[in-house]
Amino acid sequence: MTADRALWLHLGVLAALLAAHFIAPAYHHTNIARIMVLAIYAMGYNIAFGYTGLLSLGHALLFGAGLYGAGLLVYHAGAGAPAALVAGVLAGGAMACAVGLLALRTAGVAFMIVTLMFAQAGYLTILYFGSYTRGDEGIVIPRAARMLGGLDLSDDGTRYLVALLLFAVALLVNLALVRSPFGRIMVAMRENEERSRMLGFNPFTVKLAALTVSGLYAGLSGAAYGLLFGYVGASLASVQYSILPLLYVLLGGAGTVLGPFLGALLMFYLIDYASAVTDAHQFVTGAALVLLILFAPKGILGTLRARAIRWLP
Amino acid sequence: MDFGPFLLLALMEGLVTAAVLALTASGLSLVFGIMRVVNVAHGAFFMLGAVLAWFVSEWVPGPPALSFAVALVICPLIVGGIAALADTVVLKRLNYEPEATIVATIGLLYILEQAALSFFGPDARPVPAPLNFRIQLPWFGYSGYKLAVVVGAALVLLAVWLILKHTRAGLVMRATQIDRDTARAFGINVDRVYAGVFAMGAGLAAIAAVLIVPIQQAHYLMGGDPLLLSFIVVIIGGLGSLRGTLVAALLIGLSDGVISTFFAPTLAKIIATLVVALVLVFRPQGLFGKRMA
Repeated sequence: MTADRALWLHLGVLAALLAAHFIAPAYHHTNIARIMVLAIYAMGYNIAFGYTGLLSLGHALLFGAGLYGAGLLVYHAGAGAPAALVAGVLAGGAMACAVGLLALRTAGVAFMIVTLMFAQAGYLTILYFGSYTRGDEGIVIPRAARMLGGLDLSDDGTRYLVALLLFAVALLVNLALVRSPFGRIMVAMRENEERSRMLGFNPFTVKLAALTVSGLYAGLSGAAYGLLFGYVGASLASVQYSILPLLYVLLGGAGTVLGPFLGALLMFYLIDYASAVTDAHQFVTGAALVLLILFAPKGILGTLRARAIRWLP
Repeated sequence: MDFGPFLLLALMEGLVTAAVLALTASGLSLVFGIMRVVNVAHGAFFMLGAVLAWFVSEWVPGPPALSFAVALVICPLIVGGIAALADTVVLKRLNYEPEATIVATIGLLYILEQAALSFFGPDARPVPAPLNFRIQLPWFGYSGYKLAVVVGAALVLLAVWLILKHTRAGLVMRATQIDRDTARAFGINVDRVYAGVFAMGAGLAAIAAVLIVPIQQAHYLMGGDPLLLSFIVVIIGGLGSLRGTLVAALLIGLSDGVISTFFAPTLAKIIATLVVALVLVFRPQGLFGKRMA
């Protein structure tokens, strides 16, 4: 019964997003499509940080791998959108696995700095090979290359529905993952690594697998971002894009399936409305980080789960 | 110009970088060594020092040397004050829990950068140098002020070392570093020591910025590179050790000068960041000092 309640809640959120497709005004329609793509990224981050306890400061490298994996293939090899999407997902996962093999030898603060450094090196590499990646200026993916089957991804309605489809798959896989035995082992690693080791689980392989799944999510999000919005640029792989999912997850609630989406939604509109009042949107980000870590380290859904809704996955 | 003089020029430029880097990194190292806090906002404190130096140079009348002297005193004090406030209001409440403090200092970094952008603006602005003479070498002329920066940084570092080794405040700091509970049991106000150390670390970054700003111009995003380089220096040198920081700063500063002169600066940065990541992976005692290895 409990299990069904959680499943129905997530299906309800997806249904609401489908309904929004028909009733949301054009401006919010585009925003929500973007938020869903970024929420996939944040969900991936949450699998590493929220469930497994791996606080990475370098996820922009994985997002960038998906973004450029898809973008370069389309731009230089003339590949179609489906191939580019798959390439992006695989690039994200492979990059996460490679980084994990090295970075997971460290833990805690050292892990944060190592991932930060790898992401910085990746960002600088994109700039260094500017003749292929066009650096900060970025690549604009032509409309002709943004066709998925017979669907034109640059069309607003199609874009929203494709984003929703990808988001729905990501959300339900995430739900299944955290309810699976492997999901329990991930949480066990976060809560007490030594005890999990005593119970016979290898922390290194569990964390590496979780990080790779996280990379697949980040790669999917990056590739979808490039293909749906038609732009691939170095700024999307900069350190800001490592902080963004952390912020979303902290706000929505680390270790909850819906938290990343809720955090992305609220943060996006918070910055959007703040921009109307002041152009100091960095201040909003900074203040949100400080206030969250001080007063609500569990985030919105994390606090709700601790207080009232125990069954929330 | 021949290779020899060219190399000499590269080394002299590297020495200036190294001197400023040593100052900035020693602040970061001090904070990590004593408080075990990784301060991501360190670069923002550096930037704040430079930006404040520009305001001082605008508001204080008279020759550039006077406003520079005023900036050298006032900027570290203001920046240190802000740091002490941040420590008491935010970091202390987090109980210095490592991951939470990093997130909080990232937030602080955004807030400070936004403040600089709002009050100072997006442009890079020059600050006049306090002294204007050139040293004429046989092959090229060199700015006398740059050499003064090296001397100034060395003097400040010497002062820091003397404070740590030979004053009561330094003794209290070292006691807190070794064992904060025992220090507290002996009546040391650990909260005040932490606020002081955090302020001192930020103040050192601000001094470095005031010294470099006549060469480099003030800009609200200028903190990124010093932060990255300080991390590199502190990790390679081993944290908490002022001597290690100094040696690593010389090494990184000089090689950065040489590599950037002869090769692309971006390539130099890529190599440096990868080296640091690998040092952390394979020699973590570089980060955690000897005791915890």
